Amino acid sequence: MAQRSQNRRGAKAAQKPSAPRAPSRPASGRRKGKKAAAQLGLFDTAVSPEKVLRRTGPARSAPAPDATATPQPAESETAPTVAEPAGEKPLSARRSRTKERSMAELLAAGQREISVSEFFTKNRHLLGFDNPQKALLTAVKEAVDNSLDACEEARILPEIEVVIQELSENRFRVRITDNGPGIVHSQIPRVFGKLLYGSKFHRLRQSRGQQGIGISAAGMYAQLTTGKPVCITSRTRADRPAHRLEIRIDTRKNEPERVRDEKDVPWEAPFPTGTRVEMEIEALYRAGRRSVDQYVEQTAIANPHATIHYQSPKGERVTFERLTQELPPEPLTIKPHPHGVELGALGMMLKDTRARDLRGMLVREFSRVSDRVAQAMLQIAGLRPEAKPRSTKPEEIERLHRALSQVKVMSPPSACVVPIGEELILKGLQKGVQADFVTSATRPPAVYRGNPFIVEAGLAWGGSLPGEELASLYRFANRVPLQYQQSDCAITKAVMDTDWRNYRVQQARGALPTGPLVIMVHIASVWVPFTSESKEAVARYPEILREIRLALQTCGRRLAVHLSQRRREAEEGRKRSYIETYIPHIGIALKEMLRLDDKQERKVVETLTDTLRRSRATV
Amino acid sequence: MAKKSVPMAERITGEARDIHRSILAGKKPSMRFPLRSLQNVRYRPEVGYFELKGRRKERTLTVGTVKTFAQTLRMLSLSKDLVDGDDIATKREAYYVSKNWGPARFDDQPESDTVIDDIEALFSVNREQLGFIPEEKGGEVAGRLVVIDQDRDTGKTLRIDCTKFGSGAYSIPISVEHLKFETKARFILAIETAGMFQRLVKHNYWKRADCILVSMGGVPTRACRRFVRRLSDEKKLPVYVFVDCDPYGIGNIYRTLKVGSGNAAHINEYFCVPQATYLGITPDDIVDYKLPTHPLKDVDIKRARDALKNDPFVLHHKAWQAAFDKLLDMGVRAEQQALAKWGLNYVIDTYLPEKLKHPERFLP
Repeated sequence: MAQRSQNRRGAKAAQKPSAPRAPSRPASGRRKGKKAAAQLGLFDTAVSPEKVLRRTGPARSAPAPDATATPQPAESETAPTVAEPAGEKPLSARRSRTKERSMAELLAAGQREISVSEFFTKNRHLLGFDNPQKALLTAVKEAVDNSLDACEEARILPEIEVVIQELSENRFRVRITDNGPGIVHSQIPRVFGKLLYGSKFHRLRQSRGQQGIGISAAGMYAQLTTGKPVCITSRTRADRPAHRLEIRIDTRKNEPERVRDEKDVPWEAPFPTGTRVEMEIEALYRAGRRSVDQYVEQTAIANPHATIHYQSPKGERVTFERLTQELPPEPLTIKPHPHGVELGALGMMLKDTRARDLRGMLVREFSRVSDRVAQAMLQIAGLRPEAKPRSTKPEEIERLHRALSQVKVMSPPSACVVPIGEELILKGLQKGVQADFVTSATRPPAVYRGNPFIVEAGLAWGGSLPGEELASLYRFANRVPLQYQQSDCAITKAVMDTDWRNYRVQQARGALPTGPLVIMVHIASVWVPFTSESKEAVARYPEILREIRLALQTCGRRLAVHLSQRRREAEEGRKRSYIETYIPHIGIALKEMLRLDDKQERKVVETLTDTLRRSRATV
Repeated sequence: MAKKSVPMAERITGEARDIHRSILAGKKPSMRFPLRSLQNVRYRPEVGYFELKGRRKERTLTVGTVKTFAQTLRMLSLSKDLVDGDDIATKREAYYVSKNWGPARFDDQPESDTVIDDIEALFSVNREQLGFIPEEKGGEVAGRLVVIDQDRDTGKTLRIDCTKFGSGAYSIPISVEHLKFETKARFILAIETAGMFQRLVKHNYWKRADCILVSMGGVPTRACRRFVRRLSDEKKLPVYVFVDCDPYGIGNIYRTLKVGSGNAAHINEYFCVPQATYLGITPDDIVDYKLPTHPLKDVDIKRARDALKNDPFVLHHKAWQAAFDKLLDMGVRAEQQALAKWGLNYVIDTYLPEKLKHPERFLP
């Protein structure tokens, strides 16, 4: 089974990168890791979960079958732990120790190998490359999402350039350049030429990295369809030249191959540091709801702190200037919450903990677990607080797992979730959509299955929006636009379940509302639950549906106020013009019948106009 | 006919003056129109027609009514012009005149017709007195009747013999007040459809039955009603009505001929034929003559229920309530032409002679 062997190899390989503490580009690596591992989970499940589990030994106790809902750390810790027996310290410890190092180094620290396979060649549909049109979007999206994540982690205001060039009808060159921290030379091959390499996977922290499998999957797609390697140019310091590498992936070994390696090349982008990724892929460009154009537009709305330059395959250039000079606050990394942890993850935590006893382990490894809470949990589970975590038996783990959810625990801290914010959503919509009226609402943090999340909604009405069509729905998860599988998404369901007629907006039964309307919904969370591995639709957790509805209702009410005001004004205007239009005819008629002179006629018109105005004022 | 004591032009000017005065006083002027609907009529059996109950609607000039108000005044002014100049305009012409009123013009003729009807009711006069004449055709006549009219140009008397139209017929003019009649006929037969009228004319039925045939062509026009009324009054002729057996034939055609309409209640006194009785086709005929039928349509059922509930005429006559109930029970309707089932001339040879033997059985 390719899967398993890859896993092993990946695990061994993971020891290697622990040595290079060289600065690296964090985003892509981590991302990739997270996504790919999730896919692995799926793959395993599909094949035969038990078998895989047994053969991979106790360490990989139980990646829960529904990998979707699993908080990442559960699985994430799997490979490294096997691979890094003793000497390796837990991630958190490493991170704190490396505080004073350079940014690039710091970021590199989080990167390591997870597991690997020829997975992609066989399952590219799972990774967003199922058809040429989508492949173009996915490739751009992977690169841009990575760039944004990298900039934000390095606390740099992102400026990103996306250039798509049509080489022939089904062949495109994609070039994405960012002003991020850059990636050190030695890390580039692994970041771009190796699947499942990264660090985002190993932590509970809000980032975009839940969308695709990472830039290396895009690279692999390029390689498969055009045979061309991916080209990466990066500069990590403003006073140094850039380096450029062309990378291929040995798909069987999951090892990068350097096709070309140049150390001193000119850095063409106008940024002090940054990374440029270029690849040539087989793809198809179409305008519309699922196009790259839409992706860029929507990304600009959800990332008002970023400037994005875009050149479409048709050669049109457009720049979305940033609307704020402030970076969003850095999301905190949190420990898992006892109500959201999976059984397998709990097993891992017991193994890995540095705490000497069970009570200490619970307090230390979970958020919001106090001594007393831990005591209560252990009591329910029938376990001794002083017991050694490592020697907890499987059935005891199970008991403990059940006990975790039986004790009332405070909600997880919400500072780990960073919304866009009402004001910036407003600005984004005002700029991105030519509308008469925009409103937005950011809900207070809420929790599903121990995962904190925040829902935000925005509405744009009127203006240049088409009036007779269904509303456009912009869905976002952690600031990333979701453009596929709209009908499966919790966001869509919540929008349809909202009774828009209450807000003076037409809506057919069981459909999106109709009118010149754009509805935007953003879910921010350390772990956005998607319905499937392709990560295109949000799962329908009742708590999430409820929050979306509440956010939409808040916006809807404001829209209703606006619309009735509009209607009143229109009515006013109509009546006013009514008076002005028809009163002269009363004057004419009376003049004809009573043979009035012009002066008398004027008097009639003036008096009557005055009378009607006055009477209306009193109404 | 109407209260002619004050000249029409004077009455119009009076109304305009009232409005002018109230405008100058800083008040919102208003006009009061009799409500033109069945709800505002009462059936008076002793005189035999619908009479206004006196409910009025007040059209006060407000922002919402300013358009109609302006249109009404301009129409009033047009009427005064017509009256002053001894001219006439058809309702359609009046509609076209309004096209010169800029934004106050009418978009559809029904709108202008309604305004004309309102003005007519306002003064309780016939629209001809306001200078407006209808477009509609008055109906046709054949049989033992001489209509005496005048040549407009020469003033010479014209004697129109209604037996001499062959297979054609005499058309009732829009205004019938000046006509005189000579006849020896025994009765007037008012017929709903032109088809049936044609059959009876073709076979000279009037000769055989010694009568005058009138084709109403649906709901009879005012001229038609007035013609039948005057003829019947002056020559003391009974009027028998022969229509389809359905809620429309009974509730609209026959009832309007006999007692007038809710819409024109202010002039029903002159435009109805209270002495008319209903020859057929009755609901009983459907059974007695085994007539082929069609199921009642939804509109028929609605109309029948409405008549049973709201029509003062039906509410007054138990016989009609029974007839409507029977119709609704059977759920069917039958047309005059249904008699053709028994042969094309069955209506002439059998049905009408049989019915006419017993006028006392006719429905009221």
